[in-house]
Amino acid sequence: MAKIKGAITVDTEGCKGCGLCVVACPTNVIGLAREVNGKGYNYAYMEQADKCIGCSSCGLVCPDSVITVYKVKMNA
Amino acid sequence: MDVKDIIKPENIAYKKTDVLTDNIMHYCPGCTHGVIHKTIAEVIEEMDIQDKTIGVSPVGCSVLAYNYLDIDWQQAAHGRAPALATAAKRLMPEKYVFTYQGDGDLASIGTAEIMHACNRGENIVVFFVNNAIYGMTGGQMAPTTLVGQKTSTSPYGRDVELNGHPLRITELIAQLPGTSYVTRQSAETPGAVRKLKKAVRKAFENTAQRKGTSFVEIVGTCASGWKLSPVKSNEWMKENMFPYYPLGVMKDE
Repeated sequence: MAKIKGAITVDTEGCKGCGLCVVACPTNVIGLAREVNGKGYNYAYMEQADKCIGCSSCGLVCPDSVITVYKVKMNA
Repeated sequence: MDVKDIIKPENIAYKKTDVLTDNIMHYCPGCTHGVIHKTIAEVIEEMDIQDKTIGVSPVGCSVLAYNYLDIDWQQAAHGRAPALATAAKRLMPEKYVFTYQGDGDLASIGTAEIMHACNRGENIVVFFVNNAIYGMTGGQMAPTTLVGQKTSTSPYGRDVELNGHPLRITELIAQLPGTSYVTRQSAETPGAVRKLKKAVRKAFENTAQRKGTSFVEIVGTCASGWKLSPVKSNEWMKENMFPYYPLGVMKDE
């Protein structure tokens, strides 16, 4: 069965740590970092990378368009 | 498979559209303006009308929208965006002209302009962002503020006897014969954003077919003005705004 795996990258300097992507993610992949970026925001990052399915939900709700979503189909 | 193997240009499923500039938006964290800007930019990219689109920005937080969408812009006096858009569209009928207005701009000082532009059936698109508050000036009461809602100018909540009822402007607009497409959308979940995108696309297509004014209201949040976190704002919006401002298509001709 083909399995879908995904990943995201976040432009950490543009992220304002609003957390909308955290609640939008259906598989709870995203968390807010303990560290802050140059503006003092706790930026979003992939907390549980192996769970990402590349659904783009986080990208759609991100007000600052800092999330890029990647997706691959794997034949296991 | 390692994350590094997934993060490759050929695997991109979703990325920032090129119609948006690289400027970091001045909006507060979690502001719905960012999502709406992005959705409009994505539709402009999909329809390939970047060089044929003219936006008219309002007075309010989104006055600086011209910094973020890489299209032609005009900036109108407070509430007068529909008048400016009328002129732009009549002078250049082949262009896609839209106004982007907040509730303080469209529903308060600009009520006359929007009513008459819609009644004349100008072939423009109007994006009306309703967050029930004046965001830029510090969270004052707007015509759309809900009954009982606390703002900086109604600290004990909006009182009907003193301040009147919240204005459902989209329902008024839907009655005007000049409009062809009137809808109310939101942008708080991925599903809502997808729906909004379809509505935005339909609105732009309607202007190309010269069907009349297309009016898209977007119920949004103002986390700073409401004094809630972005996630809590979305919950508050669902609980309080949606019952008074029900989502859906009011007119589609």
